[in-house]
Order: sequence, then structure tokens, then C-alpha cells
Amino acid sequence: MADNGHSHGDNAEYYALRAEAIQALLIEKGVCTMDDILTMADKIDSRSPADGAKVLAHAWVDPEYKVRLLADAESALMELGYDLPETAPKLTVLENTDDVHNMAVCTLCSCYPRAIIGRPPAWYKGLSYRSRVVVDPRGVLKEFGTELDDEVQVRVIDSSADYRYLVLPKRPAGTEGMSEEDLAKLITQESMIGVGLALSPEQVSAS
Amino acid sequence: MAQSPSAKYKPGDQVRIRVGVPPTHFRTPQYVQGKQGEIETSWGAYPNPEGLAYGGDGLPAQPLYLVKFAQTDLWTNYKGGSQDALLLDIYENWLESI
Repeated sequence: MADNGHSHGDNAEYYALRAEAIQALLIEKGVCTMDDILTMADKIDSRSPADGAKVLAHAWVDPEYKVRLLADAESALMELGYDLPETAPKLTVLENTDDVHNMAVCTLCSCYPRAIIGRPPAWYKGLSYRSRVVVDPRGVLKEFGTELDDEVQVRVIDSSADYRYLVLPKRPAGTEGMSEEDLAKLITQESMIGVGLALSPEQVSAS
Repeated sequence: MAQSPSAKYKPGDQVRIRVGVPPTHFRTPQYVQGKQGEIETSWGAYPNPEGLAYGGDGLPAQPLYLVKFAQTDLWTNYKGGSQDALLLDIYENWLESI
């Protein structure tokens, strides 16, 4: 999204300083060590949208795996070698279909399925997205270049507590013969948040 | 999932979200307070963030539910169909029976 008026750049210096101060206090008070903080940061950085895309592409090609993923995401992720940290919030996968389009937000802060797709994009944490997507999801979708028919049910999921939501985008038409590896390239970070659709093979080859 | 009393509500039940701004960290956005919704999923019980945020153990754990609202019930002049929905997770201490 080129221009969405998001505010993540405001007071960047202030927030960096505040984070440093909180970190120093946590260590000083013995809540955690610098090692704990670095280990956790490494864990988050070890995941990226490519990890989520790999899992979701597998669900596209294996219907039985998809059923298991939607029913119990954590066990299904483990099948593919993704062992979520014990401290990670619970994870649920929501499937987008011809009739239902899910999109995720965290209006209270920046809850996000970090354990599988890493850090959220800056706009996801910005006030503009967080405040507007719940009120006008279809307007926000349009800004991301996605227009849905009125008959499609748009479901906004506000991650407000112990669960994090990962969207399984709809598999695009014309992808029947594609390999799992190529399919994964169609699954973008935006499509796993639900602000966009999976790319078409043409979009990928044009980029 | 923590040990707790069993969930009071089940999927399909109609509930109202309590209104309040307690002097603590709470996870119930004000835009759904006072609104009527439907239990979509019962997640089991989790430590209450209102205690956890202050260094407590969050016990007794609170049953947690995914609650569904009709967008047209949340916002006047909502730009979309009557089937559009907003869902979020709410702890049982914020729910009232209808």
C-alpha cells in the first residue's frame, strides 16, 4: 500500500529510546536476561512469510493436510517441522473461499502470528490500518488493490487475546499443474493477513 | 490452557459485551462494549490478562470465546453487506447473557 497515511514513523526515536529503557529495567529487576531477549528476537527473526507460504501451499495441494491444519494448526505445523515455541500464543488458520474472506488485525496493539511468519509489516502496526480496517474493511481492501463481490462475506478478525490468526488464501484459478514450491511463491505476506489475495501465476512471472 | 470452571456459553449463544473501563490492562476494545454478539467458538480457559499484566498469575483462568458481531450492528452506515462480520476473542468475565 503506497499511501495509507500510517503513522509508524512518528516518534520513532522516542519509541526506540523507550524500548531501550524498558529492556534495561527488565534486566535490572531480574525479570529476564539480555540473553533471553536476544534468543527471543532470534526466534522471531528465524521466521518469515516464506515459512507460512510453504505450509499454506502444502494445504493447497493436500486436502487432508488442509483439514488437519484448519482443525489444529499447531500439530499440523509440527508435521512440517515447525515446532512453535512454548511461549508462543495459540495459532489458528482461517480459510478464505469463494464465499468468505477473512482478514486479520490487532486493534489493541500488534498481535500477529509471529511464530510462523515473523514480524508484522509496519503498516500492520500503524494506527491507520488498525482503526480503519474494523470500520471499513472493504475500503481498506480496495487500497490494497482487492475488490470483492458484495456477496462475499468479509470477516475481520481482531486478535485481542490468546489466539493469533493466519489466513489461508484462496488458491487462484489456473494453478492446477503447479508444483508446491511454485505455489508457495503466490502466497504473499499480505494474502496471509487477508488484505490481499494470493498472486496469479502471471503476476509472479511479471515481477 | 489453564484449569478453570467450565465454560458458561456455547457456540450459537447470544451474549452482550459488558461496558467498563477498569483501572487495569484489559483486552476488550471499547468499540464492542455494549454490543450484542454470538459465540462462534469456545477456546477453553486462559489466565486473565487483567491480573497477568500486573505480575499476577491471572488465576482463576477465564474461559475465552471467539465472538461474532454483525458489522451493521457495530457501525451506522457500514459500507458492506449485512452478512459481513467482525470477530474477536473475549474473556467470560466480559460477557453477559441475553
